[in-house]
Amino acid sequence: MIEQGSMGGLAVIFLAAILTNNILMSKFLGMCSFIAISRNMRTALGMGVAVTFVTFCTAVLNHGVYYGVLVPGAPLCAADLTYLMFLVFIMVIAGFVQLVEMVVERFMPVLYYNFGIFLPLITVNCAILGVNLLMIDPERRFGLPETAAYGLGSGLGWLMAICLMAGIRERLAHSDVPKPLQGLGITIIITGLMAMAFLGFGGVVDL
Amino acid sequence: MSLLCKNLAKPVRDGIGCQNPILRQSLGICSALAVTGYVATTLVMGCALLFVASLSTLAVSLLRKVTPFRVRLIVQMLIISTFVILVHLFLRARFFDMSRALGPYVGLIITNCLILGRCEGYAMRNGPVASFLDGLGSAAGYALVLLAISLIREPLGHGTLLGHSVAPAGFRPAMVIGAAPGAFIAMGVVVWVVRAIWPETEPAQHPEASR
Repeated sequence: MIEQGSMGGLAVIFLAAILTNNILMSKFLGMCSFIAISRNMRTALGMGVAVTFVTFCTAVLNHGVYYGVLVPGAPLCAADLTYLMFLVFIMVIAGFVQLVEMVVERFMPVLYYNFGIFLPLITVNCAILGVNLLMIDPERRFGLPETAAYGLGSGLGWLMAICLMAGIRERLAHSDVPKPLQGLGITIIITGLMAMAFLGFGGVVDL
Repeated sequence: MSLLCKNLAKPVRDGIGCQNPILRQSLGICSALAVTGYVATTLVMGCALLFVASLSTLAVSLLRKVTPFRVRLIVQMLIISTFVILVHLFLRARFFDMSRALGPYVGLIITNCLILGRCEGYAMRNGPVASFLDGLGSAAGYALVLLAISLIREPLGHGTLLGHSVAPAGFRPAMVIGAAPGAFIAMGVVVWVVRAIWPETEPAQHPEASR
């Protein structure tokens, strides 16, 4: 069991989010963009970095919103608003993404030129909403440091998975895949084989 | 009259067949993998998606004339999340065990790109009845693919079907089929088989040509 608030506990959550509880390999989140954008390494890396950043920031933001506003008896609003959780979370994510896009466009044009096209896609990336929702566990009540560690770890785990996949698919372009299996079919089966390899980490760290 | 029926049935048939969201358009894959370990969770997810997709496309279509273009995505997200909240509360109140088994995946219907895709791609440009049927058809196509995957996974991975034991004595369930890798591989095989039997026709050609 993880000790709340200790450095060791945070390291366990961080590593578990990358290896054993990888958001893509074990929770199937973020598959759509994973399949659409893993054709070459450069775009895969760009998307991965953008997802990592947004996952980390929105996980922290939404954790604050949930325990600051939505739960019954919260400091900012005493009424029970937890039924609005989905709506509020997706609005926070959409708003944050829009804000980041504007800031990056204004102050870092080079970065915007490289990563900007990925930002609007991120709002509907289910990995982000998934991480946000997984950290709201009424029984375990993860604290803010745990949420931050899990958000960062999940983002990096997704980044690693999409880069591995891009590496494989760049080589796959030269191989002779049966026609009905091309595209979606072979990509999903390869992901399955990768997930099997990730099962090998099982038991090293556990969330 | 029969022509009218045919026109109305077309979006439903396309959603299941030649424009199937999972097999042809690679949309909505995340939840397709996550809930297919058991047939029961798959059925609930399929029904939830039928409800959310058909009513969201209907609402988006009804509001399409008064929705400002720049904020249309936010409006669509709001509509979808409202219906997802209804499903979530209904499951929590009536089927609590099922709600726990599905976990965060009910909430993740919001980011199921199938629904947003149909709202943005079809309902924004078509009338309410056609949009409703289009959402219904896409969701039905999605639910059927999920059902096929879960019918492979539950017997092989757990030795059961809808909770009843169907395996012969001495059968040892294949752990890996029930776990995450089995989901990917079962889905890959379903995609392979379907595309091998019904090869993809060019969408540019008119779809009636083969009939």
